[in-house]
Amino acid sequence: MTDSPEGSNDAGTGPADAPRAGTDAPPSAAANLFDLRTIIAVLFLVYGIVLLIMGLVSTDDADRMKTGGSNINLDMGIGMLVVAVLFGAWVLMRPLKPPTPEQLAEAAEGDRPLGH
Amino acid sequence: MTSILAQANADVRLDAHLVDYLLVAFYFLLVLGIGYMARRSVSSSLDFLLSGRSMPAWVTGLAFISANLGALELIGMMANGAQYGIATVHYYWIGAIPAMVFLGLVMMPFYYGSKARSVPEFLAKRFNRTTQRIQGVIFAVASILIAGVNLFALGLIIEALLGWPLVVAIPVAALVVLAYTTLGGLSAAIYNEVLQFFVILALLIPLTLVGLNRIGGWEGLKEKVSAGPGGAEQLSSWPGTELTEIANPVLSVIGIVFGLGFVLSFGYWTTNFAEVQRALSAKSMSAARRTPIIGAFPKALIPLVVVIPGMIAAVLLPQIQAVKAAGGSVDGITYNDSLTLLMKELLPNGILGVAIAGLLAAFMAGMAANISSFNTVFTYDLWQDWIKPGKPDRYYLQVGRWVTVIGCILAIGTAFIASGSQNLMDYIQALFSFFNAPLFAIFILGLFWKRMTGSAAWIGLLSGTVAAVTIDVLVRFDVLQLSNQAGSFVGASAAFIVGVGVAALVSLSGQPKPEAELTGLVWSLTPRASRTHSVEGDDAGWYRSPKLLGVLVLILVVILYILFF
Repeated sequence: MTDSPEGSNDAGTGPADAPRAGTDAPPSAAANLFDLRTIIAVLFLVYGIVLLIMGLVSTDDADRMKTGGSNINLDMGIGMLVVAVLFGAWVLMRPLKPPTPEQLAEAAEGDRPLGH
Repeated sequence: MTSILAQANADVRLDAHLVDYLLVAFYFLLVLGIGYMARRSVSSSLDFLLSGRSMPAWVTGLAFISANLGALELIGMMANGAQYGIATVHYYWIGAIPAMVFLGLVMMPFYYGSKARSVPEFLAKRFNRTTQRIQGVIFAVASILIAGVNLFALGLIIEALLGWPLVVAIPVAALVVLAYTTLGGLSAAIYNEVLQFFVILALLIPLTLVGLNRIGGWEGLKEKVSAGPGGAEQLSSWPGTELTEIANPVLSVIGIVFGLGFVLSFGYWTTNFAEVQRALSAKSMSAARRTPIIGAFPKALIPLVVVIPGMIAAVLLPQIQAVKAAGGSVDGITYNDSLTLLMKELLPNGILGVAIAGLLAAFMAGMAANISSFNTVFTYDLWQDWIKPGKPDRYYLQVGRWVTVIGCILAIGTAFIASGSQNLMDYIQALFSFFNAPLFAIFILGLFWKRMTGSAAWIGLLSGTVAAVTIDVLVRFDVLQLSNQAGSFVGASAAFIVGVGVAALVSLSGQPKPEAELTGLVWSLTPRASRTHSVEGDDAGWYRSPKLLGVLVLILVVILYILFF
């Protein structure tokens, strides 16, 4: 799972094997896709904060009965915040590259999808 | 294993608080937001139906596994864990990993390289239009029926957990899936599948941790399972006699290796378009080949958080203990209630909301995979290549959107059929699993044998299916004395053998396609260069080699098998 989500289809390395959508299809707009990594980071950031607060303020004896003594909200809250930070760091370290002018020209010629 | 359709039971109702509902609501907000944002990325039919072939491999790989990690699978496998113990891992390991590696290394160069947009279209290129249409129609009908089963099960869970009546729960659930798949097409479906993957893990991991904590850790679990009705046998994966219901250990191992590991699993993983479509949307040949192999890593590890909680349920929960002692349903509770009962027993409010979101996510993953592969096959294979060819691309994009709407409405219909006759739906689903084995038979024969003809393909396909259905009927009416499990192994094997045999005979009496038309479609006629992929740019780096990743995941499975022998 070490692939990077960004990147480019330089001529030759991309799918020369990609099909054409149809004879008159407009250039692919799939390049405009937003960054999924950010969404994952946001999800776990919010979940992590909520669980962390739940774990700190509202864990009572009934909850501890359920879990056999551990504070699972606190543990999972911390775990989710770590996941959120990791995805956030991945986005910051390897941001999506906007398509280069050459790629845009290439996309205008054919309907080859761009990397995103 | 998919008969999870237990009655809604007041016992199962979860004690959800406001914070849990808010966590679930936040998840749905993101799901719909992804659909809305993905809309900007759709300008052609290929964008809508195949994500413009632009997806990176980690995304398609996780979507590949998420499309399979539907709730039927989740609930069914946890139930198997409760019933059979460790032997359930065969469904994840030998029953999946070799086939996934084979798909990536051997078959993907042909699928992706042929530029086919769907499995039926690949059949048209290799064989003929008749084969494409037969397979297209079968697949379309099967997808809608199975989407209906998923939807019905989702409705049942919402009814059980939240107390909404089924007539409200089913359309609401369908509307959410419809909203994001119509807006964003396959991109939205795939992005949501990746999100679902993580939320499902956020359900399974705390369940396993807390469960082990309550039971006294792994040692405590082993002790209690050994003392239970299944005995210590349930702590080892081989020979799995209880799972296969084949008393002879040697035959049981053969049944697992050939029946489950070869025919059933290769049939499912290598030809099921709902899976293959995720790889076809990858951005390069290398990414497409890595898709199923990247998906194989989580597939190999997921049983640790599915089978183990299942085993915990069987020794911790009095209701499931009673089911196990009685060997069947007690007071309307079955093994299939293991997951929801565990959630109720183990998870405090807060993490409970995350778990509910995960469970709902799992159902949506299954249904969205059925719907998004249905609309691709319907739009391209049935509408564009058959019924209304030669229209502008804009037209097919509109068709794709409308077919999504119609597909969801039809699924609501089949969901209500399912609610009327649960056994019928199980049966139909089992029946369609028989189409996989003959499809794999003609695929593999067509891939390696250039003499194979077009008519051989569809005749082989149909006769293989007839063979499977015949075995099934014979088992059902006790003419063949086999358990259901062994029956499905035998049925799939018969379908495979008959499919290959008939296709071979028909081929010998016909004219094969000229070799020039088969380049890139048949192994021996495809130059090695076009079977390999670029290793530059984004595809560079030893860690992106499909072969290396494939070998690594196979080694992982061997290690896991040694640990859980």
